[in-house]
Amino acid sequence: MNITEIFTRKNWVLLKAMVSTDFKLRYQQSVLGYVWSVLKPLMLFAIMYLVFVRFLRFGADVPHFAVALLLGIIMWNFFNETTTGGMMSVVGHGDLLRKIHFSKYVVVIASSMSALINFGINFVVVIIFSLFNGVQLSWTWLLILPIVLELYMLSLGVAFFLSAVYVNLRDLNPIWEVVMQAGFYATPIIYPISLIASKAGDLGPLFARLDLILNPVAQIVQDARHVMIAPENPTIWEWVSNPFLKVWPIIFTFLIFIGGLGYFTAKSKYFAELV
Amino acid sequence: MSKSNRNKRTNTKATAAPVRKTAQGAPADRPVALKVDHVYKSFKLPTERAGSLKNTIFNWIRGIRGYRIQEVLKDITFDIRQGEFFGIVGKNGSGKSTLLKLISQIYTPNSGTITTNGKLVPFIELGVGFNPELTGRENVYLNGAMLGFSRDEIDAMYDDIVEFAELGDFMEQKLKNYSSGMQVRLAFSVAIKSQGDILVLDEVLAVGDEAFQKKCQNYFFEAKRQKKTVILVTHSMPDVRRYCDRAMFIQDGRISKIGDPDEIADAYSDSFLPPKTAAQIAAEKAEREAQRNVVTVNNVDILIDGEPQKFLAEKEDFTIALDFACDRDIQAKNLFIDMYDGRNVPVLSFPLSMDEHVKIAAGDHVAHVKVRNVLAFGDFRINIALQSDAERLTVCENACRFHIKGFAAPVMSVINPEEVVDISID
Repeated sequence: MNITEIFTRKNWVLLKAMVSTDFKLRYQQSVLGYVWSVLKPLMLFAIMYLVFVRFLRFGADVPHFAVALLLGIIMWNFFNETTTGGMMSVVGHGDLLRKIHFSKYVVVIASSMSALINFGINFVVVIIFSLFNGVQLSWTWLLILPIVLELYMLSLGVAFFLSAVYVNLRDLNPIWEVVMQAGFYATPIIYPISLIASKAGDLGPLFARLDLILNPVAQIVQDARHVMIAPENPTIWEWVSNPFLKVWPIIFTFLIFIGGLGYFTAKSKYFAELV
Repeated sequence: MSKSNRNKRTNTKATAAPVRKTAQGAPADRPVALKVDHVYKSFKLPTERAGSLKNTIFNWIRGIRGYRIQEVLKDITFDIRQGEFFGIVGKNGSGKSTLLKLISQIYTPNSGTITTNGKLVPFIELGVGFNPELTGRENVYLNGAMLGFSRDEIDAMYDDIVEFAELGDFMEQKLKNYSSGMQVRLAFSVAIKSQGDILVLDEVLAVGDEAFQKKCQNYFFEAKRQKKTVILVTHSMPDVRRYCDRAMFIQDGRISKIGDPDEIADAYSDSFLPPKTAAQIAAEKAEREAQRNVVTVNNVDILIDGEPQKFLAEKEDFTIALDFACDRDIQAKNLFIDMYDGRNVPVLSFPLSMDEHVKIAAGDHVAHVKVRNVLAFGDFRINIALQSDAERLTVCENACRFHIKGFAAPVMSVINPEEVVDISID
């Protein structure tokens, strides 16, 4: 299987067909339908807002932390949905893979597209919410595009890797669930990154930096908050001076994407036999 | 037996028009549609369940490889030319379906190459994989996209598909509300009505009700006339004889025989005859020794108007011509002609007694047995035995095979003694 085959017209047609199928099927026989894709993160947000912002007083020192919380939630949701959905996608289409030859990449990309559509809808809500909250509209908002692209590449790379592993190892599902739960708390979503920096004594600032270096989602969420909500949200670019560490997040994302894609390509030859 | 068959075949070959052919009998002047070159395929079969992390780690620690290699296909080489109707036969588990999946690019061969020239449309494992939550129409479009057709192309063939499937009223229904027969019908229609260049069909003629099966038969005739490239895997030897230009018999993952569909169908049917025990073989050998060189059956043919025929129409009376040689003068009393249909049910099994002992001089003779044809369509084979009072003069199994054409459902047919009109020995 050749990587260039992703970009043929035939696969484009197939991708469109699969995404529209997913979209059609997702909220079938539900009363509210697509409204759920907005409602669910909003309800999640409401709970977290009450617990962490109102009761536990997280992020009191960060301007518009409520908006930052919502943005963090939808970005994390996107990462979670793409990787978990992508992981299941190849096995989920096992029936088809055993009967027709078609591009396996499309299966994973299609599942990521559904998550991307969801993210798009939710992002509109974030924009409305932030304008109500008094966040200043600025040209830096445009920078959200490359940041989302980075998040998408990261998620897709992980999804490719997971989906190929999951074909052989079905234990991955519960494992990944736990990893995602841990990742959620290791990412500054419900708390500002400054919380890590201010705890753990002298080591605090180091931990905060390490989180941004080793957890690409943390770095991406912080970047997004920085450009969209308030410059007071620190980014890795401000915190480290080493030029290698400054470009590291991009290299890291790229490595994960290439690695995941490469592993998937190598394994995809045998999917039909194994699923 | 082998001798007589060989004779017969050289006869039929000689009458065929000379066409340039490859070693495997493919028409050499037509472009190649599919080329399979030295393909090997093996699967890893887990000996211990290694699908979970715990077992994987345990096996790894204990140094257990956890699987054994099963070679499914070994050194498969053949090609199919454009416009050929190609049959693949073989017992269950012989590797046919694996080969189809390799051809359809669903599996990847361990070594060797497979090249296709044109768009290939597979119909494997009874269906193309439909989503039960989608409507018939949505499924057709999704499936078309998977087969690599654009929306416009699917638009163009959509009406054809629905018409062939006869599901016009159901296309807006969800597939889960279809009966299983309807689902298969729709899947089959998508496969054959989509404008692919090579059609790969696995076990399709058992699909649908009788009306739909007739329709499929008609489609095959049409496909043959339009010189479509079709690869058909089937267990139905009448279909192989009827439709295929060429066929291949796969046994234990190897090409056991490739070429003329009649020969392939024979080889396939022969492979199901009960295997002879060592005792039987020894007994037969002893028997042959005992009556060696008394009578040799050279050839058995079915004659219509004096011409040898393999395909007979229903109700077409025929003559069994038995070409034999006697080494010495013999007294023949009983001529046994046993006839079996494709399911090994005897349709003619009784001694054709001559009125009295017929004296047959040493030398070559031809016996003609004229039979009124009351057989229904199907495959038949003939065993010959000639007997004097106590002495068996010759036994020849599977001396001749023939096929009755027609589309009537196979019914039990038996030739009664009164149907044998005339026996003569020259």
